[in-house]
Amino acid sequence: MPKMLMKGNHAAVYGAALAGCEAYYGYPITPASEIAEAASAIFPKLGRTFLQAESEVAAINMVYGAAGAGKRVMTGSSGPGISLKQEGISYCAGSELPCVIVDIMRGGPGLGNIGPEQGDYYQVVKGGGHGNYRNIVLAPNSAQEMCDLTMLAFELADKYRNPVFVLTDGVIGQMMEAVELPEPVEKLPDKSSWAVMGNAETKNLINSIYLGHDDLEAWNRYLGEKYATIEKNEVRFEEYMMEDAEIVAIGYGSTSRVLQSAVDIVRGKGVKMGMLRLITLFPFPKERINVLPDRNVRGILTVEMSNGQLVDDVNLALRGKMISDLYNRMGGNVPSALEIVEKVSELYGV
Amino acid sequence: MAQKTVLRKPKGFMDVYKHKPGTEKDRTHYCPGCGHGILHKLIAEALEDFAVIDKTILISPVGCSVFAYYYFDTGNFQAAHGRAPAVGTAVSRANPDSIVISYQGDGDLAAIGGNNILQAANRGENMVVFFVNNAIYGMTGGQMAPTTLEGQKTTTTPYGRNPLSDGYPMQMCELLNQLTAPVYITRTSLHDMANIRKTRQAVRKAIRYASEKKGFSFVEVLSMCPSGWKMDAVRAQQWIKEKMIPRFPLMVLRDNAENTGPIERPVPVLDPEEVKKVLGYDTFETTGFKKRPGTMFRKVALRVAGFGGQGIMSTGIALANVGMKYGYNVSWLPSYGPEMRGGTANCSVKIQEDSIGAAECTEPNMVIAMNQPSLEKFEKLLVPDGILIYNSTLIDVEPSRKDIRVCPVPITGIADELGDTRVQSMVSVGAFAAVTGMFDPEEIKSLMPTLFAGKSEKVRKLNEEAVQKGYDHVKRNF
Repeated sequence: MPKMLMKGNHAAVYGAALAGCEAYYGYPITPASEIAEAASAIFPKLGRTFLQAESEVAAINMVYGAAGAGKRVMTGSSGPGISLKQEGISYCAGSELPCVIVDIMRGGPGLGNIGPEQGDYYQVVKGGGHGNYRNIVLAPNSAQEMCDLTMLAFELADKYRNPVFVLTDGVIGQMMEAVELPEPVEKLPDKSSWAVMGNAETKNLINSIYLGHDDLEAWNRYLGEKYATIEKNEVRFEEYMMEDAEIVAIGYGSTSRVLQSAVDIVRGKGVKMGMLRLITLFPFPKERINVLPDRNVRGILTVEMSNGQLVDDVNLALRGKMISDLYNRMGGNVPSALEIVEKVSELYGV
Repeated sequence: MAQKTVLRKPKGFMDVYKHKPGTEKDRTHYCPGCGHGILHKLIAEALEDFAVIDKTILISPVGCSVFAYYYFDTGNFQAAHGRAPAVGTAVSRANPDSIVISYQGDGDLAAIGGNNILQAANRGENMVVFFVNNAIYGMTGGQMAPTTLEGQKTTTTPYGRNPLSDGYPMQMCELLNQLTAPVYITRTSLHDMANIRKTRQAVRKAIRYASEKKGFSFVEVLSMCPSGWKMDAVRAQQWIKEKMIPRFPLMVLRDNAENTGPIERPVPVLDPEEVKKVLGYDTFETTGFKKRPGTMFRKVALRVAGFGGQGIMSTGIALANVGMKYGYNVSWLPSYGPEMRGGTANCSVKIQEDSIGAAECTEPNMVIAMNQPSLEKFEKLLVPDGILIYNSTLIDVEPSRKDIRVCPVPITGIADELGDTRVQSMVSVGAFAAVTGMFDPEEIKSLMPTLFAGKSEKVRKLNEEAVQKGYDHVKRNF
């Protein structure tokens, strides 16, 4: 397979192209603009649609239109842009439209700054828009995974007819790594039973209105069952040096890369530390986290670039068996491996 | 013999309104005297007459016509408030042969969706927009619309619309007529039979244009809202004639579809072999170089820093590329954003056997400093015994640390001697190769077609020389 040095942001677009994504609708925002730029360079060469929308709101509604028309479709943005898209994402979820949204998180709240952060965790993982829905959320931590998980995102989106987020931060979006490009998808799923494709066979309805209270409740129950199925089938995580770990660090995205370095340093001192790296944030690997205290684990440290958003879910997963400690940085600061090592030594006396 | 006229429902409507909840599946949800029903019928008739029902996709808005999808036997979308033109844009791009109809009211189109309609019109999307202007928000119970007349009382302008605080009625046809792309812009009314007939002509023309892929048509229709206006149906018709038409004159503002060719959209390439070809799979080199024995470094954690414009980023990318060809794990991380504009720029490069954790080099074992501020900033980050390569052309101060290895190279000077300052990146790459012993200069030079893809042979040659000069300088002096 050909190997190419590329930015995470570009790798996501290659992944989309390989997954048969036929349309990209987006609006520029740092640090996600390279996604739109790469799509504008690649998509027209493949006869696919690239359109720079007039706004984030327009972009997600174009995604709604293209998804409803049965196409694989993607948009990309960063925190403030994702906030603007939330109504449209709720419509996509409520109408069961498969789509892929890439969020390259930056510092917030408000205009914040363009440094890397993970402060969109709540708004992406918990739903974000109005109503009872969940997004599937994948958290790549390398350029390779920006490609691979974007491809997976399209598969999961179609499998569950649901919006799927590729959630990462400015570091992963901006960094370049070697990416082995996989084979393009051979065959796209047939969506004619529900999509609107402009012919007699597909005079379907794309809609999220249920006027009757019982009807809407039933619809929400149905969606809830779908999310439960997703939680059952799609949990993904990676373990690093976990076999005998007594101290476990938990993180995702660029934080997990730093944690890997930190674990190496701590292991070098003969201390048994490991890392649980979350690849899916919804579904959250809660069963795996829940059993951590059943073994020799004496300390759990959640490391995030946000204000304790991830550690909330870790503690919910632990269901009181143990309480996770938190180390976090914000504002565009990425924790260094040494900082984390210091924290580990302070907390667990190693 | 007088012929018997049979009135029947046009085939553009569903026989039974199956999506409508409740038992009344044979009638609309609209109030008596409302204009929507008339316009719906004109559209449904036209779809039947042009035999385009099956390839029509209707987008229902938010407002009274939110349930337009109950009635039309077409493909149907219901869109978020104001976004029908954005949704329609993507639907039209996805199905270029279909007839896309965006059916919107005045609040939806002119207020919350104001930008979306302007931009879809400006792109000349192949769609028809039916804009029902009844000067009020009907669905939500009679609030002020962008098209509410001066002095008109609504539930949010109880003392009448006051232009000083509420602005003036928006004339959307006139506004859109400022744009280049639309092919057909017209305003009609539903207040009497003569005008319904004119509306019928406008509806048919717009749908014909869409079927001929002529582009963007905009049909504004003045329409009665007896409930919102709190009048009976007859008085409502008169109100259009007396009050609305003077403010919203009925006319064709533009009709130049005859001079416009059909819009052709590209056909998506999905064949895997074709996709791989377009993405350049055959041009990527899959072969690499053998790692060189006896190199000093198992792990390079390098910081390259200097002024913006000194090729800082490209130095880092080139080194990562070369490292990749040698089979190392590599990463490159820039400082990005405003930091890059003026002042100092820097990037982190890791080249190592093991998998790479953090990409940022917080404790580099190597620094290439291209200017004085970078030297000051990054020298102190170096680990003990780390290597500092600095650009002695621009830096005349000795580094202060004594526990590091120092390697001054006149990087800018060498580049200038070669006649192009821009090749200093490759001078740095050459110097790096010599210092670390990781890369062979000849092998680096063989990568020029990849590193300088699309550049002239002359540029490649010059950069090859730069690699060699940087390499030789270090070999000679250290």
